[in-house]
Amino acid sequence: MLDVVSTRDVPARGDGGVIKIAILAVGGQGGGVLSDWIVDVAERNGYLAQSTSVAGVAQRTGATIYYIEMCRDKGRQPVFALSPSQGDVDVLIAAELMEAGRAIMRGFVTPEKTTLIASSHRIAAVSEKIEPGDGRASSAKIRETAEIASKRFIAFDMEKIAVKNGSVVSSSLFGALAGSGVLPFPRETYEATISASGRGVKASLAAFGGGYDGARGHGVEITNPVVPGGPDDQAAAHSPVSSATAADATEPVEKDGPDVEGPRRLVAGWQELTARIEEMPEPVRDMALRGLRKVVDYQDMRYGEEYLDRLDRALLLDSEERGHALSIAAAKHLANALCYDDMIRVADLKTRSTRGARVRREVGVKGDAILQTTEYFHPRVEEFCGAMPAAIGSYIENRPKLSAFIDRRINKGRRIRTDSFTGFAMLWMIGGMRRWRRGLLRHRVEQAHLDRWCDLGLATVPQDYALAVEILNTRRLIKGYSDTHVRAQSKFDRVLSALPMLKGRSDAADWLRRLREAALKDEKGDMLDGALKTVATLGD
Amino acid sequence: MAERSFAKEVEKLRLGDGEEFAGEGILAITKALLQCGVGYVGGYQGAPISHLMDVLADAQDILGELGVHFEASASEATATAMLAASVHYPIRGAATFKSTVGTNVASDALANLASGGVTGGALIIVGEDYGEGSSIMQERSHAFAMKSQVWLLDPRPNLPSIVQAVEHGFELSEVSNTPVMLQVRIRCCHVHGKFIAKDNKRPSMTVADALENPRRDTGRIVLPPASFLHEKEKVAKRWPAAVDYIRRNRINEFFGPDAGSVGIVMQGGMYNAVIRALQRLGLADAYGETDVPLYVLNAVYPLIDDEFLTFCEGKDSVLVVEEGQPNYMEQAFAAMLHKAGRGTRLVGKEYLPVAGEYTGQVMLDGLGAFLRAEAPQLLSAEIRAPNKMGGGEEIPDLSKVVPGRPPGFCVGCPERPIFAATKLVEQELGKHHIASDIGCHLFSIMPPFELGATTMGYGLGPASASAFNSPEAKRRSISFVGDGGFWHNGLTSSIGNAVFNKNDGVIVVVDNFYSAATGGQDILSSRANNRTKSTQHPITKAIEGMGVKWLRHIDRTYDVGKMQATLKEALTTEEKGPKVIVASSECMLNRQRREKPLVNQAIKDGARVVKPKFGVDEDICTGDHACMRLSGCPSLSVKSLDDPLRDDPVASIDQNCVGCGNCGEVADAAVLCPSFYRADVVHNPSGWDRFLDRMRSAVIGFLQRRRERRRLVFANA
Repeated sequence: MLDVVSTRDVPARGDGGVIKIAILAVGGQGGGVLSDWIVDVAERNGYLAQSTSVAGVAQRTGATIYYIEMCRDKGRQPVFALSPSQGDVDVLIAAELMEAGRAIMRGFVTPEKTTLIASSHRIAAVSEKIEPGDGRASSAKIRETAEIASKRFIAFDMEKIAVKNGSVVSSSLFGALAGSGVLPFPRETYEATISASGRGVKASLAAFGGGYDGARGHGVEITNPVVPGGPDDQAAAHSPVSSATAADATEPVEKDGPDVEGPRRLVAGWQELTARIEEMPEPVRDMALRGLRKVVDYQDMRYGEEYLDRLDRALLLDSEERGHALSIAAAKHLANALCYDDMIRVADLKTRSTRGARVRREVGVKGDAILQTTEYFHPRVEEFCGAMPAAIGSYIENRPKLSAFIDRRINKGRRIRTDSFTGFAMLWMIGGMRRWRRGLLRHRVEQAHLDRWCDLGLATVPQDYALAVEILNTRRLIKGYSDTHVRAQSKFDRVLSALPMLKGRSDAADWLRRLREAALKDEKGDMLDGALKTVATLGD
Repeated sequence: MAERSFAKEVEKLRLGDGEEFAGEGILAITKALLQCGVGYVGGYQGAPISHLMDVLADAQDILGELGVHFEASASEATATAMLAASVHYPIRGAATFKSTVGTNVASDALANLASGGVTGGALIIVGEDYGEGSSIMQERSHAFAMKSQVWLLDPRPNLPSIVQAVEHGFELSEVSNTPVMLQVRIRCCHVHGKFIAKDNKRPSMTVADALENPRRDTGRIVLPPASFLHEKEKVAKRWPAAVDYIRRNRINEFFGPDAGSVGIVMQGGMYNAVIRALQRLGLADAYGETDVPLYVLNAVYPLIDDEFLTFCEGKDSVLVVEEGQPNYMEQAFAAMLHKAGRGTRLVGKEYLPVAGEYTGQVMLDGLGAFLRAEAPQLLSAEIRAPNKMGGGEEIPDLSKVVPGRPPGFCVGCPERPIFAATKLVEQELGKHHIASDIGCHLFSIMPPFELGATTMGYGLGPASASAFNSPEAKRRSISFVGDGGFWHNGLTSSIGNAVFNKNDGVIVVVDNFYSAATGGQDILSSRANNRTKSTQHPITKAIEGMGVKWLRHIDRTYDVGKMQATLKEALTTEEKGPKVIVASSECMLNRQRREKPLVNQAIKDGARVVKPKFGVDEDICTGDHACMRLSGCPSLSVKSLDDPLRDDPVASIDQNCVGCGNCGEVADAAVLCPSFYRADVVHNPSGWDRFLDRMRSAVIGFLQRRRERRRLVFANA
């Protein structure tokens, strides 16, 4: 690449070998600093350079673009353009993967000309974040396209490198630019530029080095690991901090049972249960084991047995040639359904030693610094009743005046310090209510709901296996707390309300899946209602 | 103080004869003003000219030494009215603002100034915010020059040219007794380049001298009969003087061969893009040596008839490259040719788009089409008939994949909770008509909030809701105005108007201590001490002064619950007349810029510092993202868990979180979920902190061990 630029002959007509560099960034990523650095390194190497940008409000977290032109100083000022042109960009630097996609979309990346240097991390746009489901755009699609669209595609997580070195992405991008060798400038001149800039030099140089090595193909993985089963780009889609802690998040769980500690009696019980899983068909085991673990961790050993008993019902109806899809769906969603989110679970999780450790790690508590943790709770009478013995709970719920009275007393935001005696003790005791959970109103309600859904699913197997699987999968819709949970329930019911219309159709399963996906598109379920109307018209 | 410190740039203003100035275009203009012996400068901040204001604000010492008066004007109208100082006195003055929004505001003063005319040079530097990245309506400043008959310069976009344009601007203004507008496009303002500086000049007459020796001349005042004479004077004296100056000083430039069958006429600002297009068509070299005759108008108004007609001699067709519409210049040129009975074909918008920015590609296509049609002999075979881009694979369309990324609220922005609260109130009381204003708070119209129906101009939010005042309606209108807009003209046009007309609506004044969207400049109500300006004038007092009875002040916008309750009260109270809520919290961008270094220093020095940050318990978060539908904070994002049991990504807060509190407040106010936690890290804890921490962790550790001994503990659970 280096020689291509330097040996480009200067024709009588044409731009005379002007090198054109465009930077696409998200406002606040330091694109301005990067373009100043590039101008500086060019001038250090006896080049004339010009940079422009469109500053202003666009810089407030929006997509921004910086543009630089440079050419060797031959003692006369050339005419530089002030904005990039399609098909006429030599180096395109994208500070985030979707911005690389935007650059390609805008025609700034061409196979004949453009070296595309992109940080592969994602900064999700608002539109991607606000979907109740997974609204993220496909990073894989961008990567595939970039390979085709560019002359050379250099991509790795430069944000991760920057964060690791306590710097910002502009430093690692600058390093990648140097490492790519696309500009005829020696490494030292880049580093001289950073040193001259004055602020945070040490960290910047470290990040620069990381980017440099990355572009030369060592020190970092060029493609992100693709997590099986999930969206193509789960690992790629981590937000900066999680990408820093990605290691913990993506730790693979050994298939042959996770290591457990505890009283001998319990461990023995656990081994009995896992033995039952060993009996299951291979494809089901992984999900079943994860499910079992979740359920036992949530309640107790007996709960684990109940889980496996329910799962066995699915296994009996399941078949080899279907790939045990039914049992796998059951293993997954039974576990989630059994581990409904109640106050007890929240309190239990927030008072564990492992949780404290995770917070310290994520916040990055160093040295003798002390950590204080405040939790945000907002209990309402519903949660209160749910945590009462079934009889009392329903007694209150059936008396609007009484429950309104109680609601007035308890319905307000409560900030609980889990690093204080009282705060922790309170949550610790609520977590301890685990042993009575089975007797509480919420448990009755959840069990009833679970039975209805599970029976419905399994009962459908004889007529329509695929539909049965989708019925089980509909459980994905149930999530959230308080109002959000209520909304989720109603979506769940609305989706299943389509069953009578779908039963007997060859494409019933497909339709149920589509309904579920529609339900995950927006908050209120407007898409879902639209889809339901369509389903209603299917019959005639 | 402004978002950026310009200490370094200020030093560049001291450069003397022969020294090289390297920097931004807009700063080159600033330096040029001082070189021209300007006596006073005023303006109103806004991209792309904010830096001119900011650097002068930081350059008080230099200005003091030179006896130059600088003002951060209350509005563009104020800045332009300030040029009245050049009406009777031979003092050079300059005003600057964003165009066309600023020019709209300024036009009253501009028209009066233009009518009476000036003695000292009056230069108006308009930063043209047109095309990509623009935040305003797309219009032309050209129209203002024409209607008020002030001259318009549009120099080639390089530093030497724009610096020269400033010098010519003042002289042109003086010889023709007419204010001159200097138009610089946004990329030109931010272009980094070089020019050879001259010494700064002390004004021949300072404002102080003028104050000491007052003058007046009734003939310059806009009142009949003088105003009728002004109009005649404009055409009889000032216009010819301007034309003569422009011709004599060769303000407009010619490039390429004298003869040729075709030619191109362009605004100076278009020159670089035209040359790049010609380069790509093989008709120009790196330095702009071209085979096509070019007529470059660094002065686009007035036009010089004979210059143009001479250029057209012997040419079959001439292309006019004129960005924006209507195509005033093209029309004027066509008329010249017609009246002169010339046969030269004049084309422009046939080959170039009628509307929109003339980007590199647009220019290449336009010029290519023109030359293929009118002068194919100039083009090489492959350019004349380019064979389609074949061979390479078809590049997939990503428009369905790549999400839009409009600008939005910054991390920890104090305006976010205001709109979160508004959204919650609407969930309770139903939708309302919401009028928005200019400023960062206008981002409310975008997801996740999608609040706001119109924006009618700076400080006009409440004014734009004034029609919605009906006793028949059960609902009230809600309107927003920022502190910047409030002082710009909101106080009178919006608040005063609402009081006077007994408007029953709700007005929210978003007070973030700065004119934030334009770069964090100080305004009357800024809380900071400003060496040269008088700040700390409470908005609430001004509102009371206007006669508002129902007024609430929220001094911490992050208190979503309080914001919600206050808004609800305002919408439901029996009280008549405008209900005004002033919601105050400092712009987080500026606050961080101010506090971060101090905090880090304090930690270094061993002082006890508590740093807050928010987090999410990923095993408690169910991945519904309800929190993000009430936030949109860049540091609150989604993250996948490597757990096949979980389908949807969960919420996650990155290291950029500044712990503003919105997440927790919203989770509470909207009764969302208990996944959020606030982690306060106490740096350099006191002895008492440590003691307490030891005690607490002892007890907590005991309880945890007690429970964990009795249960199964899974690895990485």
